[in-house]
Amino acid sequence: MSKNPPKNYISTTNACKLCTPLGASLAFKGIEGAVPYLHGSQGCATYMRRYIISHFNEPIDIASSSLSEKHAVYGGGPNLKLGLQNVTRKYQPKLIGIATTCLTETIGDDVPGLLKEYEKEFPGVKPLLVPVSTPSYNGTHMEGFHDAVASTVNALAKAECKATHGVNILPGLVSPADIRYIKEITTDFGLPATILPDISDTMDGPVTKTYEKIPAGGTPLADIETMPANKASIEYGHTMSDQSGGRILQEQFEVKNYRQAMPMGIVATDLFLATLTEIGGTSIPEKYRAERGRLVDSYVDGHKYISGKTAIIYGEEDLVVGLSAFLAEIGVIPILCASGGKSGKFAGEIEKATGDILASQPQVFEGMDFFDIEKLCEELQPDLIIGHSKGAPLARKLNIPIIRVGFPIHDRLGGQRILHLGYRGAQYLFDLVVNAVIAKKQDDSPVGYSYM
Amino acid sequence: MELLKERQDQIHRTGEEPFALVCNKDSLAGAVSQRACVFCGSRVVLYPIADALHLVHGPIGCAVYTWDIRGALSSGPELHRLSFSTDLQELDVIFGGEKKLTAALLELIERHKPKAAFVYATCIVGIIGDDMEAVCRAVEKETGIPVIPVQSEGFKGNKRAGYTAACNAMGRLIGTGYTADISPYSINILGDFNLAGEIWMIREYFQRMGVEVVANVTGDGRVADIKRAHGAALNVVQCSGSTMDLANLMEKEYGVPSIRVSYFGVEDMAQALYDVAAHFDDPAIMDKAKELVAEELQILLPKLEFYKKGLAGKKAAIYVGGSFKAFSLVKAFRLLDMEVVMVGSQTGTEEEYRELAEITDPGTIIVDDTNPLELTSFLEEKEVDIFVGGVKERPIAYKLGVGFCDHNHERKEALAGFSGMLNFAEEVYRSVMSPVWRFT
Ligand code: SF4
Ligand code: SF4
Repeated sequence: MSKNPPKNYISTTNACKLCTPLGASLAFKGIEGAVPYLHGSQGCATYMRRYIISHFNEPIDIASSSLSEKHAVYGGGPNLKLGLQNVTRKYQPKLIGIATTCLTETIGDDVPGLLKEYEKEFPGVKPLLVPVSTPSYNGTHMEGFHDAVASTVNALAKAECKATHGVNILPGLVSPADIRYIKEITTDFGLPATILPDISDTMDGPVTKTYEKIPAGGTPLADIETMPANKASIEYGHTMSDQSGGRILQEQFEVKNYRQAMPMGIVATDLFLATLTEIGGTSIPEKYRAERGRLVDSYVDGHKYISGKTAIIYGEEDLVVGLSAFLAEIGVIPILCASGGKSGKFAGEIEKATGDILASQPQVFEGMDFFDIEKLCEELQPDLIIGHSKGAPLARKLNIPIIRVGFPIHDRLGGQRILHLGYRGAQYLFDLVVNAVIAKKQDDSPVGYSYM
Repeated sequence: MELLKERQDQIHRTGEEPFALVCNKDSLAGAVSQRACVFCGSRVVLYPIADALHLVHGPIGCAVYTWDIRGALSSGPELHRLSFSTDLQELDVIFGGEKKLTAALLELIERHKPKAAFVYATCIVGIIGDDMEAVCRAVEKETGIPVIPVQSEGFKGNKRAGYTAACNAMGRLIGTGYTADISPYSINILGDFNLAGEIWMIREYFQRMGVEVVANVTGDGRVADIKRAHGAALNVVQCSGSTMDLANLMEKEYGVPSIRVSYFGVEDMAQALYDVAAHFDDPAIMDKAKELVAEELQILLPKLEFYKKGLAGKKAAIYVGGSFKAFSLVKAFRLLDMEVVMVGSQTGTEEEYRELAEITDPGTIIVDDTNPLELTSFLEEKEVDIFVGGVKERPIAYKLGVGFCDHNHERKEALAGFSGMLNFAEEVYRSVMSPVWRFT
């Protein structure tokens, strides 16, 4: 993979990853009636809320055990139980998703054990308690996200449910706009979908005039229970662990699992839609043929402006894989793919996604931070930078246009409405890419063209 | 709304009962506090020192969530805008992080040539028991720059404890610089973080009065200035919560007296200048202060009229980090003929809340360390038009269809000083008077 691997620095500067419980919290936010709960000290929860709010502009309540020094010494069990009671009383949640933090992992709190005690000590009707182990010194927010989904499936999915005719979709961390679009697609395909998690309403809700303790929306618990009865699962991404939600459904309930790249660009979306027709036994609705046709038409209209331009892409591994495939098919050459994640699968997936188009593979590095990315960027002089808003300072410094995608978008409005997936997402991204290149040319030119 | 029983003694209503409010207590488990942690407090105070290296010793989250989060501007180096972490991994947690910390420090000091390094302890470091003192001492010896541990383990108290840890860290720099050339009419500015360039404005006021500013603590701060801060004749302390400990320490060790001021709102800003002038007991300085205030007011007051007309009678709620700022905000809203119906803070002291209860109108809600559900019920009950708070409070206000003014560390508008009052009025006006509320 690597041509000139960056020097292996000991310190991390401007990380290109977030911590594990943040991912878990976001995943739990996509479950009906759920409240994310961090078993740890107060700061972690507050920081993550702040970080998430700045992207979605939505309230997000993440409860915390608020451990103090004495709990750290004697164990956080009592505070965990107290916290759960308080959350139950105030929020009346249907589910509490309990993620651990570095602190409680290190002091060795046995959360599943504590929850068993809690069940015994406080009998009666309670919200479902779903624990997930998320030490941040082990993995990134994506591991936290996928593990929270897997834990939820594990806890809720039931063997004895009636066969349905739907599909499970485990999209990973995508935007509310993406999820709304997936719903539209599956509905148009006549295929009822259980999308887990579903943050389309909970993290992009209307003005309510009142504060909903738990915003409406999220994957219904009843639907999660019946996931084993659906015909198949489609799981976006190849870099997560084997213990994913889709794999669990396959192994425990024999629900066929399709692992595919995020449907970004034409090739990946074709595969996604073909898979839906395979599962549902229907054909592709005309609406999507038309969307695809318009997309191809625009590719043609815009190709010359971007053909042969180079790009660096960073972010979560699976997102970068998806973006690489998309960029490659429109003629933009990814020259650096960087992620803070460390799945060990990154370079292989980039190769699979782009190998038939790109003449040579980009440099692909895991475990990168923005210091490394900047160094390589200075050397490589790309035409475009593509990723979340944390690359904006770099883009500004090097005077290279940046296309903002993914999470977080902290310096622009509407991160939750960015559409990445499907033909429509490709259309949106394509226009962005072409116009960024044109705008740069226009800005740098003394002429100021009135026509492209 | 039903309040959590344990929270009732942290809420007071002016005039409806004798004053009683419990504060500075640990956040309640499961209550979704708006508070951060000790580390956050330390980081907030030290971070604007722009030529120092700020290394967060811990797993990645603590560092990444604080990357460039504040609008603290620098007129020169911008090292503070980078997020450095030791990014502890599982093996470090098992075998200890000292080796990694040493190596990371040496690497970063070599790379960035900072004037000093601050190393922040996070929760996990408190548990694995790394000897940060020893590591820092060794690196200090090797590199020749001050390398200072900040004992900011997140769980060892709340944000306030973090302020103390930060002050202790700065205390180790103070007293090591050259002071013979400092004017007898000199001050340090404590507790202003140069959000949106505010400290530049304040410094300019003092310069116009003929008062020398030795060190900014810490907005647009420099290590060399802080080292000689003990040579100043007076510490002028704003936002008392965060840097009061440092002022006390300097009084004890170097005999530098301090006064408390606020730069928000016209009255408090003017009072700050008068108090400094009065301290020096020099009529020339006082005359210049009066002149300055008169000049600034002449520019400001006519401009405020427009905003007052629109805003008179509108209701405001305030929830900020430290309660000292809340005082100024209450007065600033009065100047705009607005009514304050709720005031709260994350880390106020009992004394401060008592004073707030004295200056606010009957029925005003006073609250310590609140949470989204409580805030919501207060905003609904009082039919608030504008809410002043930080980023975490913003979506709460907006969901309820209430205007919002960011008065926290991320703001991009200077709200201090005389021109800051105008910005404040403008910002409040822009939100309250926007037509979008018709649709909510
Ligand atoms: S301690 Fe761990 S969980 Fe908490 S913010 Fe830091 S990295 Fe994240
Ligand atoms: S781990 Fe501790 S220091 Fe870090 S954010 Fe959480 S509470 Fe704060």
